[in-house]
Amino acid sequence: MKKESYPYWNPYIVGVGIGLLIIMSIVVTGRGLGAVGAFNGLVASMVHTIAPDYALSKGAYSVYLSGVDHPLKDWVVLEIAGVCIGGLLSGIASRRFKFEVIKGPRISNMSRFIFAFSGGLLMAYAAKFTRGCTSGLALSGGSVLSPGAWLFMISVFIGGYSVAWLMKKTWN
Amino acid sequence: MAPIQFNFEIPEVYLLLFALLTGIVFGVFLEKAGFGNSRKLVQQFYFSDMAMFKVLFSGIVTAMLGIYWLSYFGVLDITQIYINGTYIWPQMLGGIVFGFGFVLAGLCPGTSCVAVFTGKLDGLAVIAGLFTGLILFAETEPALKGAINFSSIGDISLYELFHMNYGVLTFLIALIAIVAFWFAGNVEERFNSKTAKSSS
Repeated sequence: MKKESYPYWNPYIVGVGIGLLIIMSIVVTGRGLGAVGAFNGLVASMVHTIAPDYALSKGAYSVYLSGVDHPLKDWVVLEIAGVCIGGLLSGIASRRFKFEVIKGPRISNMSRFIFAFSGGLLMAYAAKFTRGCTSGLALSGGSVLSPGAWLFMISVFIGGYSVAWLMKKTWN
Repeated sequence: MAPIQFNFEIPEVYLLLFALLTGIVFGVFLEKAGFGNSRKLVQQFYFSDMAMFKVLFSGIVTAMLGIYWLSYFGVLDITQIYINGTYIWPQMLGGIVFGFGFVLAGLCPGTSCVAVFTGKLDGLAVIAGLFTGLILFAETEPALKGAINFSSIGDISLYELFHMNYGVLTFLIALIAIVAFWFAGNVEERFNSKTAKSSS
């Protein structure tokens, strides 16, 4: 018989833990956590490997390439590498590591992949305008009382709730 | 560079190691909250599981109060802390589009990493989308420069913007959060007793 996975932690305990982690990060480095920033460096270094001249000619890549040792030798890239390791370890320890597609019962895997891909695309594109995502802007920026972070957070909830009813059948 | 009131320079390699360790702890927290699971995370938008809101706000309030008190007691120099710049229109409209993306994906950029590393294949599709989005942005960026930098008000904080006392503002936000947590709990209960479905 398959062993049950361990229960999730209380969200408030996780929240306080993440809050303390942000404080520690700010005390040591002067800034909080991030996520989407790591993908900037990753994409820039990928394009740079395939087509160096092209990468340097594009402003969106060159900011992550010029004047640095290596685009991956970066705070947020290593932090996200840590998130992957931490997620893996915790997933195994909690018996939640499993190859599967998480989706609502009424849609096919293919539809789920298409929605997931489109969602990722929209978030990455939007994050270039907002200058951060849920971790880097909402969480960390919100803690240091950046007005833009709070504006972003409210907007994410407005955006989310306004399309949720359209997507209801795909999730529940 | 560290904002702490004792002057010392941390060598880069230790900073990077610290980044990795910080990330590992962050990853464990996200996984333990259940945020590697898109369907659980997205329930925030269907009122049946407000864990995303609870984690986000209790994290912000904890960090906000900690930073305030550390600077109040002179341990932390608040002027050395990075405050995310505010760009009114890009962050408002960008936030709305980000919210659309969030409901489609069920994951955000950080939690999609946790999803992938716990074997969730839909997380892989989200990451492919993130890469594509950034490449698409790089291609279109020259035409968008004006829109991206529009309506910047600089790196100021909320209490400077509203000409408020820092401590009073943190206190008010903490109060609002407590009311919001109570409200979130009530909404969850109401929706779950209505549908009475078991969530795993």
